[in-house]
Amino acid sequence: MIVNNSKTLLMVQGLRASINGTEILRGIDLTIKSGEIHAIMGLNGSGKSTLAKVLAGHAAYEITAGTVRFEDKDLLEMAPEDRARAGLFLAFQYPIEIPGVANTQFLRLAYNTIQAQRGKEELDPLEFDDFVREKMKLLDMNPDFLDRSVNEGFSGGEKKRNEILQMALLEPTLSILDEMDSGLDIDALKTVANGVNHITNKDNATILVTHYQRLLDYVVPDFVHIMQSGHIVLTGGKELALELETRGYDWVTANKRSIAGAIA
Amino acid sequence: MSAVLQSLVNQPYKHGFVTKIESDVAPKGLNEDIIRLISAKKNEPEWLLSFRLEAYQKWLTMKEPEWQNVHYPKIDFQAISYYSAPKPKKKLASMDEVDPELLRTFEKLGVPMHERAALAGVAVDVIFDSVSVATTYKQKLAEVGIIFCSISEAVHNHPELIQRYLGTVVPVGDNYFAALNSAVFTDGSFCFIPKGVKCPMDLSTYFRINTEGSGQFERTLIIAEEDATVSYLEGCTAPRFDTNQLHAAVVELVALDNADIKYSTVQNWYAGDENGIGGIYNFVTKRGLAKGKNSRISWTQVETGSAITWKYPSCILRGDNSVGEFYSVAVTNNYQQADTGTKMIHLGKNTRSTIVSKGISAGHSNSSYRGLVRISPTAEGARNYSQCDSMLIGDQCGAHTFPYIQVHNNSAIVEHEASTSKIGEDQLFYFSQRGIDAEEAVSMIINGFCKDVFQQLPMEFAVEATKLLSFKLEGSVG
Repeated sequence: MIVNNSKTLLMVQGLRASINGTEILRGIDLTIKSGEIHAIMGLNGSGKSTLAKVLAGHAAYEITAGTVRFEDKDLLEMAPEDRARAGLFLAFQYPIEIPGVANTQFLRLAYNTIQAQRGKEELDPLEFDDFVREKMKLLDMNPDFLDRSVNEGFSGGEKKRNEILQMALLEPTLSILDEMDSGLDIDALKTVANGVNHITNKDNATILVTHYQRLLDYVVPDFVHIMQSGHIVLTGGKELALELETRGYDWVTANKRSIAGAIA
Repeated sequence: MSAVLQSLVNQPYKHGFVTKIESDVAPKGLNEDIIRLISAKKNEPEWLLSFRLEAYQKWLTMKEPEWQNVHYPKIDFQAISYYSAPKPKKKLASMDEVDPELLRTFEKLGVPMHERAALAGVAVDVIFDSVSVATTYKQKLAEVGIIFCSISEAVHNHPELIQRYLGTVVPVGDNYFAALNSAVFTDGSFCFIPKGVKCPMDLSTYFRINTEGSGQFERTLIIAEEDATVSYLEGCTAPRFDTNQLHAAVVELVALDNADIKYSTVQNWYAGDENGIGGIYNFVTKRGLAKGKNSRISWTQVETGSAITWKYPSCILRGDNSVGEFYSVAVTNNYQQADTGTKMIHLGKNTRSTIVSKGISAGHSNSSYRGLVRISPTAEGARNYSQCDSMLIGDQCGAHTFPYIQVHNNSAIVEHEASTSKIGEDQLFYFSQRGIDAEEAVSMIINGFCKDVFQQLPMEFAVEATKLLSFKLEGSVG
């Protein structure tokens, strides 16, 4: 939602990043305010997932130019764990599996780390169990999840739910959801979307990185950005995603100047 | 990321200090006279001297093994002193009389004997260099007929048991290092659980090498009679030295009908520095004989120390329906080398064995699993399940698996599974994105990886092992 008196959470200016000498982001400008939901759309290789990882601080990428402010901090100066502790959350497209580590143990460690950072109360295993079970209802998750190893043997949908569960637990200020809809059937998509909608409020913001429009039927964005070759080539409202759905990415390529003009 | 991790992994060895206790050290070198000297120092009976001399003669005809996947300069066996005992001020009647310097050493190691023994309910047969210093809880154990003492004491007080069992599982000429041990062993532990007795507590021995340049040749013998049960814990730390020290122990276990022996080890000998200088050569022969029907021998080991580890705790499953188990975590870092695994020799009918091996390599280290599963023609209905997992941390280390499977009875079912994984940037990124720093992430990944083994350890040991692994691998990811 676009709200009055919102505050700027993220300001990206002229951001360029490369991996192994290949430039992937070629000058990104993006401003996100509290309460807003932004969708970043684009084909594979357009740089949208890279943008998500760069914001979260993945070590494989080299930042070659630009600045990123996160609230009052210089994000690019911060270690990935400090970004997380400051309230930046990335829901992974491919969450890793951690054999032998019970999901509840991992979730509690993450939760308590963030709580400690905020000067809030940490929970012991029993308290945490009650707390996490409440949150799991939101995502229609079976409590068995808690005792299984982190993401090990989880289906695609289960992994995504587990990511959103973490988002619900950690209450981030800015959430970046990378390809949340990939591998989900329509019911799972609705459940996940419902969870996301429940978590978003006027004080936080969400970036949805997605290839397809269908997620946006359930989590309705305030802004849609289309990326191509490391640039945001188009920005519009939610109708832009629908337009894109009917006309395809080729339409953007062929007409980006005129479309941009029309939308503006 | 890698610089931070490197600095964490390169923390100095916590237990590296030398206790100043006057030692009685034999002249360097190995010959019959030295063996006679050791035997005389220990007032041994003639049959034991013969045992030693026979082993020495065998050893002279043998060659140092070279098949293992480890590399080290040739050992000069004549440059080693084969006997070193702290000089007691007087005969020790109780713990209070133990050299205070020695007690301080144990405290530095975090092993306050009385408290630990009392609190944990563990009887600690403390080995310091080569002589048993004090044995606690002996009386309590004696009440139920359990003998738990140093092997030298047992030689004098229970010669019939020693004579009946010593060298029956690991013969004097079994292998090069076992032969050496049989010739020159100085002390070790003896444990006898009589028929029908369930040992009321975990039995524990802390080993410690102290005198620079002295070899350590421990000898352990554990016997569980019919229907007896025992859990035995062995833990090791060693002070820091620049010269390599040889440790060639022999452990023999015998389980009669329905007996159950569980042997757990946490090994943290000095591993050498970050450049691979110094450290213990740990060449150990451990073998259990599941002699009786329905008997069970279970080895659990957590190997984190030593410059070189060469050990294959094995089970000979002779009794029908007997069970052999091997659970192992081997961690190598810097320039450590480990070649470890097990042998499961199935002789009896319906014998079963389980092997779970977890190898973790970091730094420039090399870790090998080497295991033999042999199903003999007599082993009708035998089963084995083996699982060997390796984890690599960084890109300078190596992990190797050498499984040997010999099946001579076609009713056998033998399964072998293996996997290799790597802690990489993406794993750590996932953790860090949840606010968890690299150190804690590695610790969690490793402990998850080792869970199947750790859950076999007694509770206190499991906690110790978890901490030890985190400590060993701090900062090794990069």
